[in-house]
Amino acid sequence: MILAHAVTQTGNGFLSPTGVEIAFLLVGIATLAAAVLTVTTRQLVHAALWLVVALGGLAVEYLLLTAEFIAWVQVLIYVGSVVVLLLFGLMLTKAPIGRSADADSGNRPAALVVAAASATALVWVVVDAFRTTWIDLEGPAQGSTRVSGEILFRHWVLPFEALSVLLLAALVGAIVLSRKSPQDREGKN
Amino acid sequence: MHLAYPAVLSVLLFCTGLYGVLARRNAILVLMSVELMLNAVNLNLVAFDVWLRDALHSGQALTLFTIAIAAAEIGIGLAIVLMVYRNRGTSDIDKLRDTAEGHEPADATAPAEKAEATA
Repeated sequence: MILAHAVTQTGNGFLSPTGVEIAFLLVGIATLAAAVLTVTTRQLVHAALWLVVALGGLAVEYLLLTAEFIAWVQVLIYVGSVVVLLLFGLMLTKAPIGRSADADSGNRPAALVVAAASATALVWVVVDAFRTTWIDLEGPAQGSTRVSGEILFRHWVLPFEALSVLLLAALVGAIVLSRKSPQDREGKN
Repeated sequence: MHLAYPAVLSVLLFCTGLYGVLARRNAILVLMSVELMLNAVNLNLVAFDVWLRDALHSGQALTLFTIAIAAAEIGIGLAIVLMVYRNRGTSDIDKLRDTAEGHEPADATAPAEKAEATA
C-alpha cells in the first residue's frame, strides 16, 4: 500500500531500483556489516581493520552520491591517517593481540537496548519522512573537485581559515600532551 | 536515488557507533565508535546536499569541516588516552573512576586508589 502510494507520487518505486540504488544498497550492507564487526569483535586490532572497510565503503557511497572530492578526502584522511593513528594508539597502549575476554564492559545489555531503541525510532521517523523523496543524480556532478574548490574558496573562506587555526592548535596540543614532563624524565634517567 | 537509502544507512551506522560507545571498555575502541557516528553524520550531510542542490553546497563544505575536526579530535583524544595510560597503567574506561591525577606515575594503581579513598 505504502509502496504503491510512493509509485503514484514520484514514479520511482522501491520495487524497481535503478543501478545506482542497487550498488548503493550492496555497498551499504557491506559497510554496515563492517561497522557492526568493528564494535563487536573481541580482537582489538581487527576492530581497527574492520573500521578501514567501513570507512572505505562510505567513500564509495560518497562517489555514488556524486561527491567525488569528499570521497577522496575520506580515503586520504580517514583510511590514510585516522586508522593509522588508531593502530599506533593500540600499539602504544600495549593492547593484547588476539582475543581479549574483556573487550566489552558490563553495561553491554543496556547499550544493546539503547542502540536498538534509537535505531527503531530513527529508522521509523526517517522512512516515514523521506519515503517519497527522490534525489536527482542526473546533470553535472554536485561535488567535483572544481565545484568544491569554487564554493570552498568563494563562500567558505573564513571558516576554512578558522579551521586551519584549529588544526594548528590541535597539533600543538597533541604534542604538549604527549611530551613527558621534565621531572618525569629526570625520574627515569 | 531514493533519499531513504542514505538516510537509513546513516541512522544504522549512527546507532552502531552509539552501541560501541556505550558497550566498549577500551578507550581507543570508544574513539573508533565515535568515528563511526561522525561518519554517519557526514553521509547525511552529503545526501541532503545532493538532494537539495544547495547553491553554496553547505552540506559538502560542512562535511569537509567535520572530517578535519574529526582528525583533530582523534589526535587530541589519542594523546589524552596515551597520557592516561602512562599515568595509570590502563586505558579501560570503567577502571578510570577518579578525576584526580595519580601522584606516582611509575606504580600507578596504588596511589590512584589512595587518592580515590581520600577524596
